[in-house]
Amino acid sequence: MATDAHTEGSGLSFHPMDQFIVKPIFGGDEFSWYTPTNATLWMAIGILAVVALLVLPTARRALVPTRGQSIAELAYVFVHKMIEDVTGKDGLKYFPYIMTLFMFIVISNFLGLIPMAFTPTSHVAVTGVLALAVFLTVTVLGFVLNGTKFLGLFWVASAPLALRPILAIIELISYFVRPITHSVRLGGNMMAGHAVIKVFAGFAQVAAVSPIAIAGVVAIYGLEVMVAFIQAYVFTILTCVYLKDALHPSH
Amino acid sequence: MATETHGAAALDAAHGGADMASVAAESAGMPQLDPAVFPNLIFWLIVALIALYLILSRVALPRIAGILSERHGTIANDLAAAEDLKAKAAEADAAYNQALADARAEAQKIAADTRAEIQADLDEAIAQADAEISERAAQSEKAIAEIRASAVESVREVATATAAELVAALGASADDAVIAKAVEDRMKG
Repeated sequence: MATDAHTEGSGLSFHPMDQFIVKPIFGGDEFSWYTPTNATLWMAIGILAVVALLVLPTARRALVPTRGQSIAELAYVFVHKMIEDVTGKDGLKYFPYIMTLFMFIVISNFLGLIPMAFTPTSHVAVTGVLALAVFLTVTVLGFVLNGTKFLGLFWVASAPLALRPILAIIELISYFVRPITHSVRLGGNMMAGHAVIKVFAGFAQVAAVSPIAIAGVVAIYGLEVMVAFIQAYVFTILTCVYLKDALHPSH
Repeated sequence: MATETHGAAALDAAHGGADMASVAAESAGMPQLDPAVFPNLIFWLIVALIALYLILSRVALPRIAGILSERHGTIANDLAAAEDLKAKAAEADAAYNQALADARAEAQKIAADTRAEIQADLDEAIAQADAEISERAAQSEKAIAEIRASAVESVREVATATAAELVAALGASADDAVIAKAVEDRMKG
């Protein structure tokens, strides 16, 4: 993509993917696994933002909430209710875990919309780890809580007997595809939106189309604000759905 | 950003392609698919997630849960208190109505009693008056009868005397007894 753009024109240069490059924040090009990078920086900023959102405004523990405290309570109740609705009361044990995922993703997505920011969730390595963590947790939890009954998830008892082996194969494939779809959906959405904004911004270099390009940037930005929340929501609710499978494997 | 990358590329070129990963990333087009950044991203992601998990599970979530349950408790208490007060108000209203009804009944009773008392007094007075009237009437009747009797007697006496006078005047003499008898006969009619 970037190489295509490089060759396109002499004056016009697109670098829509440069925003995703991971580089050390303290200069230099070489880095190992522990080098603080721009990803580290933006994850740290994300954590600080979560603290500013959930910890600081609730310090007064006001009975009548302030604006900040209302937002914190809203976020809490939003995820809490989602888990309760999808998995039932017994899923609430895993609330801190799911809340961590949700807050990390939603904050990363929104901070990524700041110009010049880095979006950790636009990397499949990040979303892949998140999705794999969910997948492994749910699978292990399913076997620990239900034993071999967890395999009943793949054996559709309500289907005709002849269809069941075929359905079992389909269910098995769909189960193992979950971490891939789960991670690529989030990472792909974030990457695509940010890249499209950059492409539109690139076109703004041409005076003739720049008004359209800038209007396009504004429109896509609005869409991306929506996508930033929706993708965090989708990731979280899918986590809840997978968790429900582990808690109640019967169809 | 673009110039930075160009700078980096130039640096790479200067290094003679020492940093293969960076070059690979640029040629691949998607930095996301550069395996060289995976360990770094994954390491920092895990650090970030653990930090976030600790912050949320130790501080933020218990605190917000506390606030919410406290508010829930306060609202429930206030509602219960309101219900209590409402019941008390209803009770007071009932007591007031009861008192009002009692007072009204009492007033009616007193009025009825008074009316009965007055009626009794009145009846007694009327009876007394009736008795007095009838006594008076009887006395009057008796007096009238006496008067009438004495009048008849007087008439007889006068008639007898007049008859005797008349007889004497006519020059005849008559016995008093005869005259009295004649007068008696005449008066009987």
